[in-house]
Amino acid sequence: MTAAPKQLHLAAHFPDANNTTVWDDPRSGSQIEFSSFEHLARKAERGLFDFFLLAEGLRLREHNGLIHELDVAGRPESLTVLAALAAVTDRLGLAATVSATFNEPCELARRLATLDHLSSGRAAWNVTTSSDALTGENFRRGGYLDPADRYTRAAEFVATARELWDSWTPDGTPRPFAHHGRHFSIEGEFTVPRSPQGHPVVIQTGDSPEGREFAASAADIVFTRHGTPEAGRAFCADVKGRLAKYGREPDDLKIMPGVAVVLGDNDAEARERAAGIRLQQVSPQNAIVALERVWGRDLSSYDPDGPLPVSDPEPASAPSRGRVRHGDSRAVAARWRELSREKGLSIRQTVIEATGRPAFVGSPRAVAAEMAEFVATGAADGFVLVPHLIPGGLDDFVDQVVPLLQERGVFRSAYTGSTLRSHLGIAEPVWKG
Amino acid sequence: MSHLRPLHLAAEIGGPPRYDPAHYTGLARLAERGALDFVTLGDSFARPGPDALAVLSRVAPDTRRIGLVPTVTTTHTEPFHVSSAVATLDWVSGGRAGWCVDVSTTAAEARLFGRRPAAPAAELWREAGEAADVGARLWDSWEDDAEIRDAATGRFLDRDKLHHTDFEGTAFGVRGPAVVPRPPQGRPVTVIDGTADAARETAARHADVVLVRATTPERTAEIRDDVHRRAAAHGRAPGTLRVLAALTVDLGDAESAPEPGLESGPPLAGHGTYYRGGPVDLADLITQWHRTGAVDGFHLTPITPGRDLERIVNGTVALLQHRSLFRTFHPGGTLREHLGLARPANRYARQGARV
Ligand SMILES: Cc1cc2nc3c(=O)[nH]c(=O)nc-3n(C[C@H](O)[C@H](O)[C@H](O)COP(=O)(O)O)c2cc1C
Repeated sequence: MTAAPKQLHLAAHFPDANNTTVWDDPRSGSQIEFSSFEHLARKAERGLFDFFLLAEGLRLREHNGLIHELDVAGRPESLTVLAALAAVTDRLGLAATVSATFNEPCELARRLATLDHLSSGRAAWNVTTSSDALTGENFRRGGYLDPADRYTRAAEFVATARELWDSWTPDGTPRPFAHHGRHFSIEGEFTVPRSPQGHPVVIQTGDSPEGREFAASAADIVFTRHGTPEAGRAFCADVKGRLAKYGREPDDLKIMPGVAVVLGDNDAEARERAAGIRLQQVSPQNAIVALERVWGRDLSSYDPDGPLPVSDPEPASAPSRGRVRHGDSRAVAARWRELSREKGLSIRQTVIEATGRPAFVGSPRAVAAEMAEFVATGAADGFVLVPHLIPGGLDDFVDQVVPLLQERGVFRSAYTGSTLRSHLGIAEPVWKG
Repeated sequence: MSHLRPLHLAAEIGGPPRYDPAHYTGLARLAERGALDFVTLGDSFARPGPDALAVLSRVAPDTRRIGLVPTVTTTHTEPFHVSSAVATLDWVSGGRAGWCVDVSTTAAEARLFGRRPAAPAAELWREAGEAADVGARLWDSWEDDAEIRDAATGRFLDRDKLHHTDFEGTAFGVRGPAVVPRPPQGRPVTVIDGTADAARETAARHADVVLVRATTPERTAEIRDDVHRRAAAHGRAPGTLRVLAALTVDLGDAESAPEPGLESGPPLAGHGTYYRGGPVDLADLITQWHRTGAVDGFHLTPITPGRDLERIVNGTVALLQHRSLFRTFHPGGTLREHLGLARPANRYARQGARV
């Protein structure tokens, strides 16, 4: 008797406001109109996906003090869009990325619990820890939260939200609560009863050791960039290895890298298509901007099809309090130059190579096989698909790959439950009254 | 009676807290069937109930024409988030959003946030005015044609049509621009209850719709004239404001002898003007008040939404329609169109800059 193959989880990312979306493709639609969200979400639900994820950015990107013009920018507010999507979907999980830095527990816990009620148990919160000073300029708290404080605030935020979600008894009686901690000192009566999932599902992104520890202690899902088999296995082993000390099992936390999928009739056609998409995503101007973000100075006189600068980035240029954090920009520059020398790449080709997102490229059959293998070998529990087109970017995957995953027995052929927790196979949290 | 301005009607759909969306969708559809301008949903951190803006966003795809106006408080919330959420409600509803500005005055609400103590109403309404002001600026911070998708130059946006708000208020600052592009109505409709002294100035300065709780048409007209005077002092044309009389209505006892007529010494509940009687008498009252020219319309808060809203729509509104005092359908698509309010020009757009 053979064991059932490991089941994989699928989520859809709405590819807004970044250089993923290929906006000059004639099939590219609005990233703002509700009909775009509705199309992508309905398609994901037809594909029996676990959830639909919206990213967040609380300040328009700027470059050299000017608003960045080259990529898709502008998006509606996530929780509001997801509440509307609850009306046009029945089973799909609805996940909002919301900063733990620029919100307060009482208000956000209430909005999330409301979404869980309005969707009959499909809400999730992707907890990010934005800390940059530019974003802070839009908020009361202002300025900048030191990196050392970002995850202590996020962890206390999630813990406080859980206290609020537990403050009504399961039979619907509100009880006073009080939380007095380092970041929050609050008390009173929460205004929303315990929601259908008990607690909305918690997702974590962010890769630092603090971020991984936070994920192990508090998250149900990790959304990660480690989407190659080697990196994925190492990441899963590391994060899942941290669970035991919190009394958790490896299966209690689902690790899902964000990936692109490019399909073709055969593998060669898919590869050619993928290369074309990368060229669209990294335009000549965008390549120079990417370079300037690392080098920290004006490089507009450089030819995108020519070689990289030989000089190092300005030492003072690491914009650590700004929006873009490359870590050590000299190390990044050295790595890019090495890559360019090794493969004989131009500026634009180097940026394409160095900033690519993990991708499954091939025929539908090859992609299904590769995804199944990926999960079977412990490199991930599933994937967050990041299409490059709105609103039709998931159509081919759902129509062509999902049936093959089902055929292989690694993906559901019907929703068995109605809540996001039931899709993920994770339990409702025990009420801690 | 051709001098009469069109009658506007709105209804509150809150009541005892409910968390199932079907309840709210049903009420909003009922109001929509009555061709009401908008429904409101009250909100506060001080008592049980779901987040009103999320509820009305959930209602949006299940309705087509009715305006959706949640209460969104300004005291403990972030103006940047609030403006984004209201703009998003406008996007998901295709231009039917408004927000009813309110403040949180209690110590209990302050303790839920733990950031600052409770403050006097006057101070909080000044801050609410700043929140309304920066909200409008953020809605304008993208000119309507900022998104250009110009493949020839590789530019998605025209940065000259995006504007930092650089707002510095007494309690917060917002650099901007918004992340949400300018919403379909340009600016969603701002509603403020201007009855209380503390709120009047903010209402006159920032509201498109001012609610007034008073027991007689005369008193309502006085408050309205005061609002108009103050609005004019801020450079606004009074004709761009709609003043609605706010009534709490109890139509539960329609069979027995009604007690219509606030004019003849109405029963006053703690929450202002209170009407108890039948739907026909309510229609008469609305007709009389409107005929005096005291108000542009009414905002009705049913004591029991399910029961009373039905009687309002099928009784009161049907009668007003029969008398040709109220429209039978929504001729336009947006809330501003229902209210007869123009889509505001963008304050940042340079006159004649584009040809
Ligand atoms: C896959 C992925 C997606 C992310 N999405 C967002 C986002 O939508 N909004 C945001 O503000 N930050 C986002 N982040 C940033 C993280 O929340 C975090 O702030 C950042 O990774 C720095 O944390 P770290 O030092 O632990 O890596 C994302 C990060 C990752 C890895």
